[in-house]
Amino acid sequence: MNNLIGSDADSQRTLYPYVTGTSVVGIKYKDGILLAADMGGSYGSTLRYKTVERMKSVGKHSIIGASGEISDFQEIMRYLDELILYDNMWDDGNSFGPKEVHNYLTRVMYNRRNKFNPLWNSLVLGGVKNGQKYLGTVNMIGVHYEDNHVATGFGNHLSRPILRDEWHENLTFEEGVKLLEKCMRVLLYRDRSAVNKLQIAKITEEGVTISQPYSLKTFWNFAAFQNPTVGAEGSW
Amino acid sequence: MFRNQYDTDVTTWSPAGRLFQVEYAMEAVKQGSAAIGLRSKTHVVLACVNKASSELSSHQKKIFKVDDHIGVAIAGLTADGRVLSRYMRNECINYSYTYESPLPVGRLVCTQRSWKRPYGVGLLIGGLDESGAHLYYNCPSGNYFEYQAFAIGSRSQAAKTYLERKFETFVDSSRENLIKDALFALRETLQGEKLTSSNCTIAVLGIGEAFSTLDQETVQRLINEFEVVGEDPPAEAAAAPDQSDGAEPGPAAAAADDDDQETPAADQGAAPMDI
Repeated sequence: MNNLIGSDADSQRTLYPYVTGTSVVGIKYKDGILLAADMGGSYGSTLRYKTVERMKSVGKHSIIGASGEISDFQEIMRYLDELILYDNMWDDGNSFGPKEVHNYLTRVMYNRRNKFNPLWNSLVLGGVKNGQKYLGTVNMIGVHYEDNHVATGFGNHLSRPILRDEWHENLTFEEGVKLLEKCMRVLLYRDRSAVNKLQIAKITEEGVTISQPYSLKTFWNFAAFQNPTVGAEGSW
Repeated sequence: MFRNQYDTDVTTWSPAGRLFQVEYAMEAVKQGSAAIGLRSKTHVVLACVNKASSELSSHQKKIFKVDDHIGVAIAGLTADGRVLSRYMRNECINYSYTYESPLPVGRLVCTQRSWKRPYGVGLLIGGLDESGAHLYYNCPSGNYFEYQAFAIGSRSQAAKTYLERKFETFVDSSRENLIKDALFALRETLQGEKLTSSNCTIAVLGIGEAFSTLDQETVQRLINEFEVVGEDPPAEAAAAPDQSDGAEPGPAAAAADDDDQETPAADQGAAPMDI
């Protein structure tokens, strides 16, 4: 019983995040799931690490994207790799699909939250199994749900509205990527922890592909950005 | 099989490499009233004979629902059977809770463990998973086998003879024909006694159909149907079997050399769990 709140085992519990990733956005499309996330790892307000892979494949049928504390994401990957390993060891033709992995993660996150020692992440879990597409999310307090499009952090405020207007079933791969890039561009303009280096991950019945990192074109010639100090003098 | 000095303990091997306690436990299965299982690609049917100890008492429940997609029929020490059913239900519930998904049957049957003594009950486990319908037989030795059709308990050999003749048709059989075949096989074990809905229980599960026990009326109606039509079992379809045999491993060396005291000579016939 050494996990009581307030005891000197406090040094063992997660109190604040240190190196964090920002939004992850995910959508269902015609052939499967698309996820997008940038490659930034912030250290507070410093954009310290710029090549952090925040999306990984899980077994044959799923991918996970994480925002929040990067070291906790690495820990989650260890749990998941072990889960998939034991699943494979049965060698019986059955395998965990995205639904099972999502629910397992939900149990883990919620149980840690109950012990006041959370894994400080918001996760997106997507995949395809036997033709069934699955996309869900779970966060550090154990809140979990599935939808046709999900996002974490700022993505919920900036990207989901775009997706609510423009997402539809039967998006092609190209349309899906364009839609995600639109979401990521808005995040790049407006989220201070976003960096302009991102990856897109795709999962279909055939398997997982995570793209090479690339950057988005941005436009800064908006009238409002010209002479930004006009009218500033005397105003407060 | 007579008593000998190596049969007191489940942890003692005989010089011929047998665990007699386990073999005796398997005898208990043979004494229990018959239980039968058959499967097609999409359904599993479990059937058992209900033997009430007297006219005044009710019969023991021998078929249990373990989950919506798994059912088990037992033969032998029914008390042990109930303990194991409870354990299996627990495993299914825990898996469902963690993964929101039904436990694959194949993973349920290999998690049996023996504690102080072997369980004196044979389990016929029918279940559904991603790859279709399955029927497994779990014996007290801890071994399990997958079957197209199988029968255990007393006078099960008669049922097995019937099943061996017909099992090739089961793969593509319809739900109704599968149930009728189960009733026919069950009738064989009654050796002349009349088959009625009060001395048998039938349970079915299948793709899109959760495990359920058929009520007496339905069973009686099905029995009446084939009694009226005549003795002939349902029409056969030519389908290649794709499963292991419907035969149980050969009976233990009953009349063989069981006096292992002096001579460590090999017993005639293999020990049942060696197969």
